[in-house]
Amino acid sequence: MSETDPLRLGGHEFASRLILGTGKFSSVEVMARAVEASGTQLVTVALRRFNRERPEDDLCGPLAKLKVTLVPNTSGARTAAEAVKAARIARELCGSPFVKVEIHPNPHHLLPDPIETYEACKILAKDGFVVLPYMPADPVLAKRLEDVGCAAVMPLGSAIGTGHGLATLEMLRLMVEDSGVPVIVDAGLRSPSEAAAAMELGCDAVLVNSAIAAAGYPAAMAGAFAAAVGAGRAAWLAGLMARGDAASATSPLTSFLDCA
Amino acid sequence: MEAPRTGAFFVAMKLKVNGIAQEHTGRGTLAEVVAETGARPEHVAVLLNGAVVPRGQWGTEPLREGDTVDILAFMGGG
Repeated sequence: MSETDPLRLGGHEFASRLILGTGKFSSVEVMARAVEASGTQLVTVALRRFNRERPEDDLCGPLAKLKVTLVPNTSGARTAAEAVKAARIARELCGSPFVKVEIHPNPHHLLPDPIETYEACKILAKDGFVVLPYMPADPVLAKRLEDVGCAAVMPLGSAIGTGHGLATLEMLRLMVEDSGVPVIVDAGLRSPSEAAAAMELGCDAVLVNSAIAAAGYPAAMAGAFAAAVGAGRAAWLAGLMARGDAASATSPLTSFLDCA
Repeated sequence: MEAPRTGAFFVAMKLKVNGIAQEHTGRGTLAEVVAETGARPEHVAVLLNGAVVPRGQWGTEPLREGDTVDILAFMGGG
């Protein structure tokens, strides 16, 4: 299915519809095994000061070996200006055109600031970035972000790292119906069944980090998410049957037990 | 071609590198300051007083007493 059904982001095509975050893993090796098991082609990374005491935290080398495309995020930014600056530094570092715009000023809930996000996306899209904004599950904002040139919209399922799943389900449904760019559920997923549900709804991809990094066996969970995303996408393409209010028999009801 | 403005002389200066004050002795280039941290040049981006300096200019960009240098790398993030 994936051969003929690529995820398209700003002129780039990807067979995998699972994007992985690289945070919270217990080691670089555990992260690398999870990335491999997931089959992902896109991974997010964060820009931080190089720590000479912990050179092993530098992910450039390990991720280059895995041959994945980097999606630097702008985490730590509280304003559009800071996010734009982070995106430009990241592009200088790795040359990737992708950026995940992530602006969340409040550490209590880490919810994205819609106004600063919109302003940053406007600037970065004009600047030639493939802009992927982490955003509230708001269908109106999604259209506005599409209009300024975002390559996708990335609404949250629930707050980052909470594992509360698709708390925004009805809003996601509206976004999928309206969107002219891919809808990628980013944040809040805990289980592969939630990823499958998002895909069955018509979402184009999911971004998962905590659910895999904090699993008992991250690589195994990455494989489970990959299978769920594939199943959900296949189900969406196959076309789910309509829901009905009344029962509808699958076996013929013609009586025979009263014969003779 | 214009000669590099630094690099020919041995200098000593105080810098702030990744938020920590330190003394730099050498030719006073960004390339040396990056090398001192042990970071692989192709794995980091460098800001001089808050502005990105392209990798190709690290050998010639002159440092001055009191400059702030930030060396940034990719770490795990969602």
